[in-house]
Amino acid sequence: MNLSKQINPLDRVTNAHRVNPAKPISFKFDGKTYVGCEGDTLASALLANDVTVVGRSFKLHRPRGLMSAGIEESNALIQLESGSGYDEPNARATLIPLYEGLNAKGQNSWPNVNRDVFSVLSLFHRMFPASFYYKSMMWPSWHFYEGLVRKMAGLGKLPELPDKQHYEKQNIHCDVLICGGGASGLAATLALAHTDKKVLLVDAQEEFGGSLLGENRSIGSQSGLEWVENTLSQLQAAPNVTMLSRTMISGYYDQNFLVGSQRVTNHLGRSNENKKIRERLLRIRAEHVVLATGAIERPLVFPNNDRPGIMLASGVQCYLNRYGVKAGQRAVVVCNNDNAYRVAFDMANAGVDVAALIDTRASVNGPFQSKIKEMGIPLYAGTMIRKVHGRRKVKAVSIAAHNGDGHLGKTIKTIECDLVAMSAGWTPTIHLYSQAGGQLSFNDELKCFVPNRCDQNISVIGAANGRFHLEECLTDGLHVVPKTLGTTVNPELNISACDEFAEEPSEAYWYTKNENSEKQWLDFQYDVKVSDIELANRENFLSIEHVKRFTTNGMSVDQGKTSNVNALAVMAELCGKKIEQVGTTKFRPPYHPVTIGAFAGRDIRENYSPRLEMPAHQWHVANGAHMEDMGGWQRPEYYLQSGEAEEDAIRREVLAVRHSVGMFDGSPLGKIEVKGPDAAAFLNRIYVNNVESLKTGFARYGLMCNENGVVMDDGVFVRLSDDHFLLHTTSSGASRISLWMEEWLQCEWPNLQVVICNATTQWANVTVSGPKARDVVALLASDIDFSRESFPHMQVRIGTVNGVDARVLRASFTGEISYEISVPARYGQGLWEAIYKAGEAYGITPYGIESLLVLRTEKGYLHIGVDTDGTTNPLDLGWGRAIAKKEVDFIGRRSLSRPNDTRDDRFQFVGIEVVNPSDSLPVGGHFVNSANPIIPVKTMGYVTSSYYSPNLDKCIGLGLVEGASARAGEETFVYSNGKTIAVKLVQPSHFDSKGERLNG
Amino acid sequence: MLRINCPFCGIRDEEEFDCGGEAHVTRPENPANLSDDEWSHYLFNKVNTKGILLERWRHTYGCRQWFNMARHTVSHEIIEIYPMGSFPSFNGMNVENVVKEVEA
Ligand SMILES: [Zn+2]
Repeated sequence: MNLSKQINPLDRVTNAHRVNPAKPISFKFDGKTYVGCEGDTLASALLANDVTVVGRSFKLHRPRGLMSAGIEESNALIQLESGSGYDEPNARATLIPLYEGLNAKGQNSWPNVNRDVFSVLSLFHRMFPASFYYKSMMWPSWHFYEGLVRKMAGLGKLPELPDKQHYEKQNIHCDVLICGGGASGLAATLALAHTDKKVLLVDAQEEFGGSLLGENRSIGSQSGLEWVENTLSQLQAAPNVTMLSRTMISGYYDQNFLVGSQRVTNHLGRSNENKKIRERLLRIRAEHVVLATGAIERPLVFPNNDRPGIMLASGVQCYLNRYGVKAGQRAVVVCNNDNAYRVAFDMANAGVDVAALIDTRASVNGPFQSKIKEMGIPLYAGTMIRKVHGRRKVKAVSIAAHNGDGHLGKTIKTIECDLVAMSAGWTPTIHLYSQAGGQLSFNDELKCFVPNRCDQNISVIGAANGRFHLEECLTDGLHVVPKTLGTTVNPELNISACDEFAEEPSEAYWYTKNENSEKQWLDFQYDVKVSDIELANRENFLSIEHVKRFTTNGMSVDQGKTSNVNALAVMAELCGKKIEQVGTTKFRPPYHPVTIGAFAGRDIRENYSPRLEMPAHQWHVANGAHMEDMGGWQRPEYYLQSGEAEEDAIRREVLAVRHSVGMFDGSPLGKIEVKGPDAAAFLNRIYVNNVESLKTGFARYGLMCNENGVVMDDGVFVRLSDDHFLLHTTSSGASRISLWMEEWLQCEWPNLQVVICNATTQWANVTVSGPKARDVVALLASDIDFSRESFPHMQVRIGTVNGVDARVLRASFTGEISYEISVPARYGQGLWEAIYKAGEAYGITPYGIESLLVLRTEKGYLHIGVDTDGTTNPLDLGWGRAIAKKEVDFIGRRSLSRPNDTRDDRFQFVGIEVVNPSDSLPVGGHFVNSANPIIPVKTMGYVTSSYYSPNLDKCIGLGLVEGASARAGEETFVYSNGKTIAVKLVQPSHFDSKGERLNG
Repeated sequence: MLRINCPFCGIRDEEEFDCGGEAHVTRPENPANLSDDEWSHYLFNKVNTKGILLERWRHTYGCRQWFNMARHTVSHEIIEIYPMGSFPSFNGMNVENVVKEVEA
């Protein structure tokens, strides 16, 4: 018998529900051009072209054909539009609507799915049992194998080009969200149409109708399709109903918050490039959620049940009726339930030779069996497939008597066929219910898990609730949903009689017990077989969550949609438990992958976060500033003059500040105003320092700790008046610190009369620094006396500068005479330009952040978060004596007297010099005790800051070093990237250590 | 994502808020008088109830005000929102016990 068919991919079954062969569409798969037609998915088009191998399995690279027609597909994973900027890895061929020019590639194979050189792996399948990663690849280390394994076992390829598509997000509020537009979901929507409820109906498919689109059913006098069309036209007329197809709900979170993705223009393919939104992320808040998510058919478990040509019966039926594609010419149906008989009816009616109906149940004699016999289809009751012939495509099956409970007798017959339609029954799609926190219970009669109890406002209807019959689906939708929601039941909406017949009970057939368990697939994608569950059982994995991780069953891209129940049923049988005792794994989002672009929406590139520009931004840009994003602020790193490289510019700026005068835009410096009768008392609890003793007009450098004694922030604080303080924080700390102080005030000390205002962006700041700084500021129009005698270091003056209100602080982060002049932000550029003009005679040099960091490192000034880490306390910074002088408590003080906080061998702040001036000092390099350390070696601390100092002409640095406070002058070593250099521990201040230059 | 009824702004999504941990954890009056164990109990030991937990939250991206919340840690039901410095009033909540447990 010749089963090869004459291929005309447009020759479809007459009366196919949803394709139009008169409109051909060409597409490419693995480089070869094919033709499908309007209404096709990529999968149905491939099937129509007789492409039998569409993918390779993950571990063993077994050839795989289409298994289903829907979301449960675990074989036909596709790389879509590879290398185009439109790439989509791991797309299911069954969910991709065909469009002109579609370009798809099979995954997990090389050079293509048809000739995959790695398929040699399947010869060594015994080497790859569950857990083989953990067990076999331990020596010398996992990394030794990682490169090889990753190449062989990749699931899809990460796109290399930037995504050319646009995405957006939308918030939706509704009274009722109905997930699933099949029979029950449509019925529920119909029942709520023209009520006062705002209803949103979503469905993942291209069009509404669910399984009715792939079946030949009748509802009253209408066909299933007619009922769908009539229902949709009624819903379209209902003002309270919104319907979104192509919309997949992927996550169900607290208080009925659901996230879905609407594939707005994916079906247009690349023709949509750079035009409309591709996908929209929906953030839905619903008062009530109706899950009408249907059910997924389970595969039967028998040896080589993964061969191409073996499909879920529902998939075979859908390809036939919806797309008019015969999945084979000579088929057998194998099942343990009556529902699969309908697939045999449809195939026979469409002219497929149905060679056998293989039913595991021995005594079945109901209407379905009568009809099968009537149609002349040979019924083999009480039998099961024992052997599959054919490797790249099923050629025949051998059947044996089923002696009950998965035990088979000897082969009694071999039946030639090119298609096996299998069904082990149905699993309600309860992923979203489980995500919502719903508990499941096992229904013995239906042999599946059904919803039991959930704390959210949710109802589950139709097949998702184990109500598999069409009449039950309609009843749930039309009558149960309105009762649940307390709306009136529309008396015109009767339940029409459907083509239902009495069914013989299904029987459990979980796997084939007396055949090779290494060949019986559970998770097709990840090559998890019955033997892997056996191994897990032998190794005493009791929890089903552990079995899942150990075997990787259900961890593949399809998240166990077809494998989960089978695997835990096998586990139950092996350990002699009931299925409900084994329990289920908890489902987590996403139900189906969501494109990362949709999560990002419009928050990408320059829109990723607010961009903060300093008031004099335009001046900086116009004068060669090299801008860098620092904590959201655009800040000059240095100013390039013509012919300069980065290091030339930094050297020039640093030398100018040391020898003449520089100016720096310090506007982002954190400024928090604290005011009120209790301000001083409050700050005395917040700062490590004594605050109350600070006189008006004076400033002090302060540290803040958290309650665990770890240094959080530092900066100069100023007393503007008796009850008014100005706190300077690090630029990145302003918001965090003001919120933190608010927390203490609101939650702990509500009686203190203090208000806090983060005024950072309200003030522009220009710092003039250098030996000539005083000469420059003296030229400014101001009522402030800048002289040495009347305005000393660490004091503040309030007055006017350049005609506007100003606060001037004498504090220094360079070690030179400095005036930090602040004016309201809108006058920032004017102040900057006035100072630049005043300084021209002294060659005033604008300097950037990089130069400031060199200057402060020369001085050994701390940079919080750089020179400190999440363990550094004030004692490590040498603040022990200052703290001892403070008589009252402050946040974190108690923690500083714990034994661990007072250890001598803590990592303490220290200066570092290289011994050999030609060496450079690597930041992140670790201190070791030997010039030739044997790696791995215990770290003795690490280098936190390191710069070449133009003033000292060598590399200097700062670090945190074990017991550093007692080791000044000691020579030791720094290890980094295989190299060790000799260094000397010195005091942090490398330059002008007495601080004489500050006062000038 | 929770929906939280800010006492000052009304119902907003959880993403506008920050959870500040368990409520009614009072800072000791004189930390210096505490043993290391007592101090570490204040710092680290929380009741972490499976059931109704009293927490404090801040409407960070709104009014920036703190308030207390009684929340069920399994169902995530928000039972009550009440001001800082006060205790919850709903039925069935033995506040004294909860507070005692926190302070123990
Ligand atoms: Zn608020």
